[in-house]
Amino acid sequence: MPSEPETVVDVRGLTRRFGAFVAVNDVSFSVTRGEIFGYLGANGAGKSTTIRMLCGLLAPTDGRATVAGADIAREPGRVKRSIGYMSQKFSLYADLTVAENLDFYASAYALSGRLRAARMDEALELAGLADRRDALTRELPGGLRQRLALASALLHRPPVLFLDEPTAGVDPLARRAFWRVIRELARGGTTLFVTTHHLDEAELCHRVGMMVDGRLVALDTPAGLKATHVPGTMLSVGTGAGGEAGTRAVMAALAGMPGVHGWQPFGLRVHVRVDPELAGPGRLAARLAERGVATADVEATEAGLEDVFLALVRR
Amino acid sequence: MSDVLTSSPALEARGLVRRFGRTVAVSDLSLSIAPGELYGLVGPDGAGKTTALRLLVGLLTPDGGEARVAGAVSHAAGGALRASLGYMPQQYSLYGDLSIDENLRFFGDLFGLSSTNFRERVAHLLGITQLTRFRDRRADALSGGMYKKLALACALLHRPRALVLDEPTNGVDPVSRRELWELLYTLVDEGLAVLLATPYMDEAARCHRVGLLQGGRLIAEDAPAALVRAFEDLAYFVTAADRDAAEAALHDLPGVRALSPHGPGLRVIVAAADAEAFRRRFASADMRWHLEPTAPDFEDVFLMRSIDAE
Repeated sequence: MPSEPETVVDVRGLTRRFGAFVAVNDVSFSVTRGEIFGYLGANGAGKSTTIRMLCGLLAPTDGRATVAGADIAREPGRVKRSIGYMSQKFSLYADLTVAENLDFYASAYALSGRLRAARMDEALELAGLADRRDALTRELPGGLRQRLALASALLHRPPVLFLDEPTAGVDPLARRAFWRVIRELARGGTTLFVTTHHLDEAELCHRVGMMVDGRLVALDTPAGLKATHVPGTMLSVGTGAGGEAGTRAVMAALAGMPGVHGWQPFGLRVHVRVDPELAGPGRLAARLAERGVATADVEATEAGLEDVFLALVRR
Repeated sequence: MSDVLTSSPALEARGLVRRFGRTVAVSDLSLSIAPGELYGLVGPDGAGKTTALRLLVGLLTPDGGEARVAGAVSHAAGGALRASLGYMPQQYSLYGDLSIDENLRFFGDLFGLSSTNFRERVAHLLGITQLTRFRDRRADALSGGMYKKLALACALLHRPRALVLDEPTNGVDPVSRRELWELLYTLVDEGLAVLLATPYMDEAARCHRVGLLQGGRLIAEDAPAALVRAFEDLAYFVTAADRDAAEAALHDLPGVRALSPHGPGLRVIVAAADAEAFRRRFASADMRWHLEPTAPDFEDVFLMRSIDAE
């Protein structure tokens, strides 16, 4: 990131009401050039409403925001020209070919002549579809369709890109490939505003904001969020061959154990937040053994953003 | 589990084949799911997961082999199948203008439930889905997680023996996702057989068994813990303040098979045969990063099996 960060998205007291319901409630933050900004929250917390306002699609009830220098309420047209937007519902025409979809977007962004041809070639390259330009979009696997949607949203080289759950339903390999592109774009100076329910992806954001019931309740780097909201020592407990039954036995044994602040299943393991006196080697395993779980292996682990999310949303 | 596994399967596929034009979407697929078993189907996009589920529930006719639900051949059973099966496709449509109660009543009528049976069933399902106090709310006004729970309740009204779910937690936030999983376990404990496709590897790891589908073929099938135990590579965690620089430097070290940002650092998968050379090079390169071995997880298994199969 540049030494003098340039503010690209600036949000002050942004509020949106629908009747008596306050969908977005007095939200303020700013995003700098080249930053990957994660915007997290439960379904209905106000994430998409915020994005719709920042894209100039929905007028705020109160507060103000600028995106790439344009005021979202007074200059929504200028906002739309300086942003790219991609949602979970890939905005592509399934019955058109790859090239036809790009052509459609190139026209929408009024690209013409040599610039248009060059941008379309670059988009095909970015999507990894240079050799499949005549393939029907609906016949592409989900991961490639998503890369094409991203390339379409970037045709006009917007300084800011909004991604609303871009990887919902995408397999882990394709998600990794997608995030390599996202990080590359950020290194090149594009500002990215991303919502996701995959908290491993949120770990790749420079900063993360957490929305709960329309309010921005936390905003920090992933490391800062963990230090503030899930302090203490995190241990990871597995039962080897025990599988899901083993995991459930561990959770049952943890109930009411002194020094244990909370636990969550993560795949085949259980994350347990403990007081320092339980953190020493063998201590938690010994306590679990007293309660009938003899085969637990315990290792130290880092708290994840999912721990932060659960702590904030379930509070 | 032992008596459960010896009873007849609730869902079964034998040598299923399905082509679309020249594409073989599902190839010689066999699997069997017992009552009280939770089975996860995972695989890259386009591997054939949705086609496999649609064959199992009888929405598609196989080009070869057969699928059975509670013993009845799926594509030939018609109404008999519907009585023993609940199915939730990716896009599940409820009536947005109708309340939770009204949606349930609609599906209750559709399945011909008697009014006593219906009342009992609704009370039970609203209880376990924790939707009781929202029963007058319109479906359109429900959050994503609540909507999915209502869809699940509708699919379960008629007490099916098997439930098939196609990526039920897409677009569902992490808290609601955990609630849905607690609900699935309640249902499985009651003896329901559940088959689900998921792109979430932490969910796959919580199934009793998983099948890994690649190019329409089942390339691995076992309990997740057993697949993790059989993992042949080594997993390391690298702590690095400058993650991008570490990623670039580690990329070319011997034996590195996969490298990805993970939390605050990097997760590195190294071929066991090259582990010694990898560690030596890591130490000698005077890297300012910290390397420690870590336990492989199910996502590592998925990634490496997918890469190996390509």
